Amino acid sequence: MADVTLRKVIKRYDDVEAVRGIDLDIADHEFVVLVGPSGCGKSTTLRMIAGLEDITDGDIMIGGDVVNDVPPKDRDIAMVFQNYALYPHMTVAENMSFGLRLKHYPKAEITSRVTEAARMLDITDLIDRKPKQLSGGQRQRVAMGRAIVRNPKVFLFDEPLSNLDAKLRVQMRIEIKKVHQKVRTTTVYVTHDQVEAMTLADRVVVMNNGRIEQIGTPNDLYHHPATRFVAGFIGSPAMNFIPCRLEETAGIPHLRLTDRIAFPLPSGRAARYQDVARNEKLLLGLRPEHITEASAHPEPGVEAFDAVLDVTEPMGMETLIYFTLEGTEICGRVSPNAGARDGGPLRLAVDLNNMHLLNEVTGAVL
Amino acid sequence: MTSTAVIDKAAPTRTVKYGSMSRDRAWALRWSYFFLVLFAIFSLVPPFYMLITSLKSSAEISAATNPWWVFHPTLENYVGLLTSNQFLTFFRNSALVSIIVVTITMLISVPAAFALARMRFWGSATLATGVFLTYLIPDSLLFIPLFKMFAVFGDWTGIQLINKWYVLLLVYPTLTVPFCTWIMIGYFASIPKELDEAAIIDGASWFQTLTRIFIPVALPGLIAATIFAFTVSWAQFLYPLVFTTSTDQLVLPVGIITTLIKGDVFNWGQIMTGALLGAAPPLIIYAFLMDYYIAGLTAGATKG
Repeated sequence: MADVTLRKVIKRYDDVEAVRGIDLDIADHEFVVLVGPSGCGKSTTLRMIAGLEDITDGDIMIGGDVVNDVPPKDRDIAMVFQNYALYPHMTVAENMSFGLRLKHYPKAEITSRVTEAARMLDITDLIDRKPKQLSGGQRQRVAMGRAIVRNPKVFLFDEPLSNLDAKLRVQMRIEIKKVHQKVRTTTVYVTHDQVEAMTLADRVVVMNNGRIEQIGTPNDLYHHPATRFVAGFIGSPAMNFIPCRLEETAGIPHLRLTDRIAFPLPSGRAARYQDVARNEKLLLGLRPEHITEASAHPEPGVEAFDAVLDVTEPMGMETLIYFTLEGTEICGRVSPNAGARDGGPLRLAVDLNNMHLLNEVTGAVL
Repeated sequence: MTSTAVIDKAAPTRTVKYGSMSRDRAWALRWSYFFLVLFAIFSLVPPFYMLITSLKSSAEISAATNPWWVFHPTLENYVGLLTSNQFLTFFRNSALVSIIVVTITMLISVPAAFALARMRFWGSATLATGVFLTYLIPDSLLFIPLFKMFAVFGDWTGIQLINKWYVLLLVYPTLTVPFCTWIMIGYFASIPKELDEAAIIDGASWFQTLTRIFIPVALPGLIAATIFAFTVSWAQFLYPLVFTTSTDQLVLPVGIITTLIKGDVFNWGQIMTGALLGAAPPLIIYAFLMDYYIAGLTAGATKG
């Protein structure tokens, strides 16, 4: 087991810079998820850690040793691929033991490790089957088993759940988390699915356009995003961004959304935004759960207004509502009993205690 | 009540005019069978005629009777050929040449295909195309320069290769290696990239990746290439005709026509017998390897 460190790592393909200088410290035993849209450089970063791609510049360290020029087999890592990459002509047991057999481990040791891993992953009955005789979820378990038996310093996962159906994905997500709790191996996990990132990670690394946008715990990223990209990427449905500006009315800073709608800032937020220029174009970032039906006894900082809904989406435990404010489509979450209906009016409340204010040009969260 | 039941029963029996999958399929099958039978007749009549002729005596072959029937079946052609040392020598030469050429071809083309398909090096794509272009040059264009090369080689070194059966071991691979390499490049390219990456991370060297992953996974392709190389070597006519002349150096196809046609006298009975016997080994290999080939294709395809 070991920590993994990336120092100013750059990957350039001819003229295209896929990874533009990444600094990342992954602690021993940590589960780190790299997440971002396709083409953001997350898979390239993982493959560079694995040694499957050369790095153009910078340093990668595993367990304190620089491994820039160390071939993959000597890095003591194990990787789980999106399409499982099981050897089709070998049984499950042979697949799992291939790496150990290449390293000439004693037979008894191999058997005990394979048996142990199979037991942990609940695939003992499948040990003599060929990959073609397995379902997607079972193949994924075997691929994980192949990684576990090697007992490597680092686990690398490259979108391992993308080929599974939605239900199985949730199940395997829990499985991966359980395995990590048992073996505690340092893990780097790549996904484009922010839900996977949030649920699995000790820390999430949000990447965009070859750069790291923000590193933090799932809750950190959710509640304190650093940029518009992170704010919009993490959370589903995504955060609403509503054009607004700050103005001073009767000595109290107000948040003006439209000519008719302006809310006084709650005192905590007023203090935080006291240096923000007034009357400049800004964006109000507000998550759907902070736009709900108005209650009879609003708490401080919760402001009510009237809206006409475009569409409602009953989800069972809640109803998603969509309405338009000056051309901006906004999503909110209301209780199923709130009386929301397609095209109907509803009195809504926004919780400004949880608002974010963003610079419209730079996208920085103020 | 009863009347409605009658109507309900009658309803499904109406003929479906449009969009019936099973009807379309039935027609497709009928046409398939028609053409399959047609082609089967077309390709099986010549060997059948060979078989009939091989069972006739010379007198019966030249007699003006029904050529499609054997009135006095005899095995004299078979006995004659199988007891002649000459024919057995041709057979031995053919077998030796084909087996060694297949071995040489596989030893060269499998690693070559692996290198061209997987180890991205400078110019590998161009080289792969070049390999295929080599195959496109017909042997009728190459045999004179090749002959000249071996003659010059003989003059320079004193090693005479012409008119020796083993010269074919050098010549045949010019036909088999490019094509087999091309087939294997295709098979190797169809193996997902992650499979060799997984092997590399598991600690396999390039060579181990080839022998323990690629060759077993691409076994159907390997067998197809082997069958091809064997058939080409076994049936090759032009090169042995050019490069070998002494009867003890000849291979089967050339041997049969040079020794069984004397001037303008065609020993049809023995020619047909020789051709039939000569066609047997590839047939046996096909029959055996095709089973294996299909087994390889469908292994583990059924859910357990």
